[in-house]
Amino acid sequence: MNVRRINWPLWVGFLLTIAAFMTYFFVFVWIPFTRDFPWANLLLFAFAGVLLFMGLRRGFASDRPHPTRSKIVAVIVSAFSLLVCALFVFSFFVVGRWLPASKGAPQVGQRVPEFTLPDTTGKPVSLNELLRSPINGKTPRGVLLVFYRGYW
Amino acid sequence: MAISVDAPDVSRDLAQKAGYTFPLLSDQNTEVIRRYDLVHAGAGENGHDIARPAEFLVDSTGTVRWINLTENYFVRARPEQVLEVSKLLK
Repeated sequence: MNVRRINWPLWVGFLLTIAAFMTYFFVFVWIPFTRDFPWANLLLFAFAGVLLFMGLRRGFASDRPHPTRSKIVAVIVSAFSLLVCALFVFSFFVVGRWLPASKGAPQVGQRVPEFTLPDTTGKPVSLNELLRSPINGKTPRGVLLVFYRGYW
Repeated sequence: MAISVDAPDVSRDLAQKAGYTFPLLSDQNTEVIRRYDLVHAGAGENGHDIARPAEFLVDSTGTVRWINLTENYFVRARPEQVLEVSKLLK
């Protein structure tokens, strides 16, 4: 197999696109600096875009051994990569914002509604109880209530 | 403490895996989540209602001192941020 026949920029650009998508969820989501705004991933997509553009040009070059196949592959790979990039941008900037307004949530200065819910052992735990029961011999100064989506 | 729609045994696995020592409470029928107006309708598995991410710092009298209602669920409160605002508690 002739190595020079392979459209390297195209395939490296494609792999980089996949990496740009995946690394957010497996790497950059763990770093606050790259989580809140996915600039690292957008940068990777930009690099991938440059490579894919080079790959497209190469795919359409007149010296390709299989001109038709070369063009078709370049177009399909580039279009798919563009779709992956669009999916990422859509997920982060559009789907990520699909949250209820929660206008009725307790506001600063308001008392929070009391509740009792089972803990991990099934034992009922109430907010009042948590606020009153001593930790290391001292009554707590407060409590942080974290509501999360679940399914971790 | 943390609240979600997860069943107690699911939360127990999470706590063990992550080493959490704070209480993880189960609100499987979104009763409390609804009372706090934090229901994200149909966003869970099989279209179940779940909680939207939200953090409240509550003082010893049960009064809210700080809230974080994120507008994007990829963006959450960070530990340093919470430690900073916890100074509001006396």
